[in-house]
Amino acid sequence: MRAFTYERPQDALAASVAALQPDARFIAGGTNLIDLMQAGIEQPAHLVDISRLALTEIDDVSGGGLRIGALATNTDVAADRRVRTRYPLLSLALVNGASAQLRNQATIGGNLLQRTRCPYFYDTSKPCNKRAPGSGCGALNGHNRMHAIFGASDSCIAVHPSDMAVALAALDAEIEVQDAAGGTRKLPLSELHRLPGDTPNLETTLAPGELIVAVDLPPAVAGNQRYLKVRDRASFAFALVSAAVIVDVDPAQGVIRRVRIAMGGVAPKPWRLSVAEAFLTGKPAQAESFIAAARAAMAEAQGRGHNDFKIELAIRTVTAALADAARSA
Amino acid sequence: MTGFRRLTRRSVLGSGGLMVGLLHHSAHARSAPVTLPQVSLATQPATNKVPVRLNVNGRSHDLDLDTRTTLLDALREHLGLTGTKKGCDHGQCGACTVLINGNRRNACLSLAVARDGEQITTIEGLAEGDKLHPVQAAFVQHDAFQCGYCTPGQICSAIGMLSEIERGVPSAASADPAGAPARDDAELRERMSGNICRCAAYPNILAAIRSVESAT
Repeated sequence: MRAFTYERPQDALAASVAALQPDARFIAGGTNLIDLMQAGIEQPAHLVDISRLALTEIDDVSGGGLRIGALATNTDVAADRRVRTRYPLLSLALVNGASAQLRNQATIGGNLLQRTRCPYFYDTSKPCNKRAPGSGCGALNGHNRMHAIFGASDSCIAVHPSDMAVALAALDAEIEVQDAAGGTRKLPLSELHRLPGDTPNLETTLAPGELIVAVDLPPAVAGNQRYLKVRDRASFAFALVSAAVIVDVDPAQGVIRRVRIAMGGVAPKPWRLSVAEAFLTGKPAQAESFIAAARAAMAEAQGRGHNDFKIELAIRTVTAALADAARSA
Repeated sequence: MTGFRRLTRRSVLGSGGLMVGLLHHSAHARSAPVTLPQVSLATQPATNKVPVRLNVNGRSHDLDLDTRTTLLDALREHLGLTGTKKGCDHGQCGACTVLINGNRRNACLSLAVARDGEQITTIEGLAEGDKLHPVQAAFVQHDAFQCGYCTPGQICSAIGMLSEIERGVPSAASADPAGAPARDDAELRERMSGNICRCAAYPNILAAIRSVESAT
């Protein structure tokens, strides 16, 4: 591991300023960063420890929303009574990710900023455009069973592994960031992560020194929330595919009033299925509608060989999640 | 001590990796060029030492540590507390599980400097004299280990897990996250999934934890 200097600033503004130093990185829980540093993939010269900043609160917002401090742990958010009752989708996605030990350490902001990655990113004997820009992609014609079917490029086909971010995408969450001049801005979660294009080494739209300070959830929309994750083993594994759905059915008509669908394990960022959402609005809440919507959403999916199965798996997973949510409507 | 270990491990693994690469070269004619990350070592100091106060098992220790030292290495190599085990060193096996301010975490994915002043409990701090912690006693009674390497992590994890159930922390085994946690076997297995046992002593580990859970 490269030697680094370390500081623990007193407040968020000082942290943002400190992060402007060359090769500086924020560290909060560190569950992803330290692992990548041990592997020699992340090589910061300076660590700015933000883990003790006063950004851990979860607060009600007037109008019915919820503001989650960026340094609240994954466990604290999953266990929060308001999250469990108003945004059960978020709680479910969180407890389906990682292990309890990691959830106790990892923060909400860090979960969002974990690296989009694949085994070739970790293997320093293999080319990887994300780790070493211009070196090529080992996964493109390699073992790509876990890789993306949406949003990838010929430079990178890794997926963003977060379950939580998939739930936040379905919940239309916003991110608040603070810059080194003390200014703040809000952006929709959908605008936080970049697609790889020709620069897979750039994963977010954040500028140097910008620090995520909170995740804002708008008031929960009507409907049943489900998170369905399909993985190789029953626990503590990344998703092959996952689906976060919110389904609101008119009980008198049996018709879908509104639906939201986001997928994980399929793209370099949480992937909203807007085509399927539009298709389903006003349709009967029945299996035929769900299957047709999921199939329509896969029109632009592209398998890379070993991961071709994800397209059919995604159809079945979305269909099952929608049916489950609609059944108990 | 840390430097010696790191040098040894790195050089051994590095040469081993190279050997494997050479042996398999013919089988992987398309194997990619080696692209190691760029590091300008010349401009970097070899080490950055910082003062760190670690509170472990009720005792305070003032140490001078390289910033790179993980909590796991600080415990094992600087404090001689070798009960906490190094398994994968990647947060995947749970052998290094300790309690930090009462919560179970992986010591391998924590920088010691970041734990300055926090309350750390390791397997060595659970018993009161000769009186074992109830979870330790249950592991003995139920023969909940074979080689024993994962056991300190399993025990610390189980203690943290039982506290999480008491506090109503949901798990992926809970159908309704808004409800009280279930306490059935599926629930306990899910909650312990961050601790791997290579000997697969899981049935007895479960029985040990179950016996403590039922007694509380």
